[in-house]
Amino acid sequence: MSNTKPNVLVLRAPGTNCDVETAYAFELAGAHAERIHINRLLEDPALPDRFQILCFPGGFSFGDDVASGRILAATIHHHLTETIQRFRDAKKLVLGICNGFQILIKSGILIPEDGHGLRATLTWNKSGVYTDRWARLAADGDKCVFLRGVKELYLPVAHAEGRFAARSEEVLDELEKAGCLALRYVSEDNPNGAARDVAGVCDETGRVFGLMPHPERHIDATQHPRWTRLAPGARPKNPETAGDGFILFKNAVDYFQ
Amino acid sequence: MLWEVDIFAAPGQLDRAACDTVSDAADMGLTTHVTVVSARGYLIEGDLDTESVKKLAELFLADPVVEKTVIGKVGDPALSLPPGAAEAPEPIYVLPKPGVTDSVADNARKTFPLFGVTAEGCRTFKKYWISGVSEKERELMARKLLANDAIEQLVSGKLPFEKLQVGSPGVFNLQTVPIRGMSESELETLSKKGQLFLSLTEMKTIQAYFAELGRDPTDIELETIAQTWSEHCSHKTLAGRITYTGPEGEKTFSNMLKETIFAATVDIRKNLGPNDFCVSVFSDNAGVVTFNDEYNVCFKVETHNHPSALEPYGGANTGLGGVIRDPMGTGMGAKPVCNTDVFCFAPPETDFESLPPGVLHPRRIIKGVVSGVRDYGNRMGIPTVNGAVYFDKRYLGNPLVYCGNIGLIPVDMSFKHPQAGDLIVAIGGRTGRDGIHGATFSSAELTSESETLSGGAVQIGNAITEKMVLDIMLEARDRGLYNAVTDCGAGGFSSAVGEMGEKIGAEVQLDAAPLKYDGLSYTEIWISEAQERMVFSVPKEKWEEFRALAESENVEAVVLGEFKPTGRLVLNYKGVKVADLPMSFLHDGRPPVVRKAVYTPAPVQPLAPRAAGDVSPAQTAVSAGIGTGDWQADLDAILGSLNVASKHWVIRQYDHEVQGGSVIKPLVGAANDGPGDAAVLRPVVSSRRGLVVSCGMNPNYGDFDTADMAASAIDEAVRNAVAVGADPATIVLLDNFCWGNTDRPETLGSLVRSALACYEVAVGFGTPFVSGKDSLNNEFRPEGAEEPISIPPSLLISAMGQIPDAAAAVSMDLKEAGSTIYLIGETKNELGGSHFSLVRGLTGGKSPSVDIPRARRTFYALHQAIGQGLVRAAHDLSEGGLAAAAAEMAFAGNLGAELWAEHIPVAFLPGEREKLAAIPGVTAENADDLVRLFSESNSRFLVEVPAENARAFEAIFAEADLPIFQAGKVTASGRLKIAGAGGKVLIDRELGELKAVWQKAFDLGGDYQ
Repeated sequence: MSNTKPNVLVLRAPGTNCDVETAYAFELAGAHAERIHINRLLEDPALPDRFQILCFPGGFSFGDDVASGRILAATIHHHLTETIQRFRDAKKLVLGICNGFQILIKSGILIPEDGHGLRATLTWNKSGVYTDRWARLAADGDKCVFLRGVKELYLPVAHAEGRFAARSEEVLDELEKAGCLALRYVSEDNPNGAARDVAGVCDETGRVFGLMPHPERHIDATQHPRWTRLAPGARPKNPETAGDGFILFKNAVDYFQ
Repeated sequence: MLWEVDIFAAPGQLDRAACDTVSDAADMGLTTHVTVVSARGYLIEGDLDTESVKKLAELFLADPVVEKTVIGKVGDPALSLPPGAAEAPEPIYVLPKPGVTDSVADNARKTFPLFGVTAEGCRTFKKYWISGVSEKERELMARKLLANDAIEQLVSGKLPFEKLQVGSPGVFNLQTVPIRGMSESELETLSKKGQLFLSLTEMKTIQAYFAELGRDPTDIELETIAQTWSEHCSHKTLAGRITYTGPEGEKTFSNMLKETIFAATVDIRKNLGPNDFCVSVFSDNAGVVTFNDEYNVCFKVETHNHPSALEPYGGANTGLGGVIRDPMGTGMGAKPVCNTDVFCFAPPETDFESLPPGVLHPRRIIKGVVSGVRDYGNRMGIPTVNGAVYFDKRYLGNPLVYCGNIGLIPVDMSFKHPQAGDLIVAIGGRTGRDGIHGATFSSAELTSESETLSGGAVQIGNAITEKMVLDIMLEARDRGLYNAVTDCGAGGFSSAVGEMGEKIGAEVQLDAAPLKYDGLSYTEIWISEAQERMVFSVPKEKWEEFRALAESENVEAVVLGEFKPTGRLVLNYKGVKVADLPMSFLHDGRPPVVRKAVYTPAPVQPLAPRAAGDVSPAQTAVSAGIGTGDWQADLDAILGSLNVASKHWVIRQYDHEVQGGSVIKPLVGAANDGPGDAAVLRPVVSSRRGLVVSCGMNPNYGDFDTADMAASAIDEAVRNAVAVGADPATIVLLDNFCWGNTDRPETLGSLVRSALACYEVAVGFGTPFVSGKDSLNNEFRPEGAEEPISIPPSLLISAMGQIPDAAAAVSMDLKEAGSTIYLIGETKNELGGSHFSLVRGLTGGKSPSVDIPRARRTFYALHQAIGQGLVRAAHDLSEGGLAAAAAEMAFAGNLGAELWAEHIPVAFLPGEREKLAAIPGVTAENADDLVRLFSESNSRFLVEVPAENARAFEAIFAEADLPIFQAGKVTASGRLKIAGAGGKVLIDRELGELKAVWQKAFDLGGDYQ
């Protein structure tokens, strides 16, 4: 590495639509971010090697046709399993936000399959519809690199298929015991009926993390839905990075310092 | 071989589609013991074995954690029962009709090879087993709830086909139309039967033109002329010659729009001189104004009414998809940054029995339209930030769907310059029969017998294709790979190539266009309105790079032809010249449309109860116990009326925060659920500069005077923008006229009157119009009825303003107990068309007008106060007047408010006060309180100002010579209290109760808190 800025690969695919603001959040946190199309990785599976952080941003990859994230997950599973493994083995970081979380789950990257297939999924909200609202969140444990020092967060969710569901209670117990159920909705804010209020999951190393809420949508203080309720004198002096979501990007960058 | 994969909710998981069907059946009045089991599924065609299909089903098509699958060859008895059922009625399949876009199936099939499977075809379907109802009811449910005949087919029992392919190779046959020998009546028949929709004068102009040439036109030449001369493309009525007689006297226009709406902009720009911030108005696909040193912004609002009436989901979906392509096709291409949507519906509680044949139930239209907009906007990754919903029974057969889009465009790329010698390049979606008038479609391959698809106006969108086109376009733009771009909208290639080549000339090879399926004729290729296509003018030396860029992200790009400096439009197909027309005849050859217009506003009648049985079509809610002078009951009825009620059911389904620039959201306040006046966003993530988006509309006033309606709509749009902090000097407007049949002089007159008012108000406010659109003939004739039902005149005004630092924005929720609440603006006896009048079932009264110079001073003064940081909350007064606005501010802030209305002066004309006593519960003594509470006078705000800022705040308004009133204070009581004359308590309500009334009126299900 010629500079101390970690390089972030923000992966684009047809229908990705949160890549610009996600790359911007990484840049504000001190990283160098590039938005790169999935076709470039398929042409050159070694391309991610020069990056330290791989980010799957939000959107509707391939229209979420068949199911959310399913087609991109299948593509990655089929063509890039080795690339991703090499990335993980090098102790680098992987972040999936919303559609990116769905891809991490459905490709088996985040929660590996067992002999019976996938053990957990992200499926239709209990309400059956797309919902955009804000939710209070609580971090659980200290395993996840992205959540270091975080206790609570206030972030927006915006999805139709964000309900975390596992094949069985045993699978949930196992994940919980391993400290993988790293981010939970405060129960009354659970927007989708997720099992055990799960909003985000990390792998056993804590370096691969996926979450349904959008940290990149709460970077600036004025993105908070109630920022106008603070008296002008009580507002943050540097609103550009005063939002709750910024810490996730900062933690990722600091991990490489 | 045709395989079927059925996918069911696993045990313990909710069968959502079944639940929805049961609840929809209850809405229909089928309250019997209906039970439903549903499946979604895929038909897969190919030489496949069971193992392969099983693998696809379990590893790819279904989610094994929450779903289970049943597979079989079509016709397999295992497919006739839901899993675990011993018996069930015949299943009902709902399939997209052949030729209808099925992107899920297309993308699924393209992914099969990852699982080692190759299929020839794939199609999705839904499947239902309905029991507990009679055969007739099941059939009714299938037709009314499960399928829409315009795009879907129903099959009961086993699927009667074994192949999926559609389309067959067409036979090329050049058609000429012997127009030269036709009589007048034959010309009229040709115009009607050929769906050219041209007038006799226009047909005769075409006839004379070809007679002079000494030949007959080809069918495609006639179609091209009809498209170019259509109302949609040329706005011939409103841009035509009109003789108008109205209260303003007699006026003759040679181009009505140019002399009213455009003229306002011309005059304002002249007044602004060097401060003119308009860049490109009424010339490109969207109006462009300056934003910051780097970017300009452009805004366009369109309607998609008729398609949404036929197929609400597809109509609204492509309505939004289409308007997004307007900024994309403006200048050298803008990046869309937000959407707006405004809908007009009949009330959702409309009786099923009263529906005329062929009309979809409003609930179905509402759900379809909202989900259509949702799915396009959310998938494109464009936040939908502002809108409104209005209800009136006259929108029953003719709902209105307005969609808008704002785009960001680099300052030096705001104009396009197509060049002679450039290639005509099309990218994006393939061309099919979508949206071709009267297209019929042979689909003998799919059904057992030949089936006709006559969904001429129906188009289905694919947002991801458009997103891919956008990604490529922005990259190609920044690399300088083209000289011009425009969208394929109405008229398809015909309009796009015709417009871009108007000043040059163009030659097109129609067989170069990639097709969705075989069998399209050369004319169909030319006029198809297939979605997600853009046309570029690409220099020959840049084509290879352009092509490679598109290919690198799987976007199809083809060369359709070349812009040739001939001044002619030449079309070729399979080596044969099928059209050769001069651009001048296309664009300047149309004879002017000449129309008469008259307008006589109804004389003002005193506000009074309606006669028994006389119900206003705008009256959509009345609550019990009102009409006794109990103002609380009136306030409840107003808050619970559909127009005023919370729109959270719509808003929460839209992503209003993607792109990361949200500053003031549609729902604001202590619990994120109060009604924001306007949206504020930062379209450039690295900049603090804010964009403000708002709208104004009130069809009720149009029944009184369309001039008042227009003035009120502009005033509302502007005051909404100013309330959140927009600088009034940056505000621009868009007009969207949706009217009935303007062949009637009275109908056209009501439109001309509103356009004249638009001129006066826009010039007075200094807010230029930058773009607009009209949709005429919004009428519906129920079968057998003599008179059509016309929509009420419906003028939507959209406003876009700017705020130098978005962090100076203000929201409408009350912030701090102890602050003073000021009422700004004059309260007049203007209850005509008011919501008080609607919920009370009254007639008469005077609709609100606008005092233009005073309104302008008010906006600038309030903006000055906001700019100085003196204001904690501001809310405009609109439907429901002071009482509704105060209630909304109070419950949104979750604090409390106490108002003293007694000192608010009310302007009455002599004798008016006494006349109000005709209303039950009203006397000459409390008439002032009635007007204070519920009048809808324009240009008014309630503003929260902390005590320490009061002096400075008052000084600003004193300086502007505007009296303001200390109307009350913010409390922490959790109640709204309003006292009137003599200190009498008029309203005293707990905020939770008020909010509950307001939230429950418009919520069509789901858990959308």
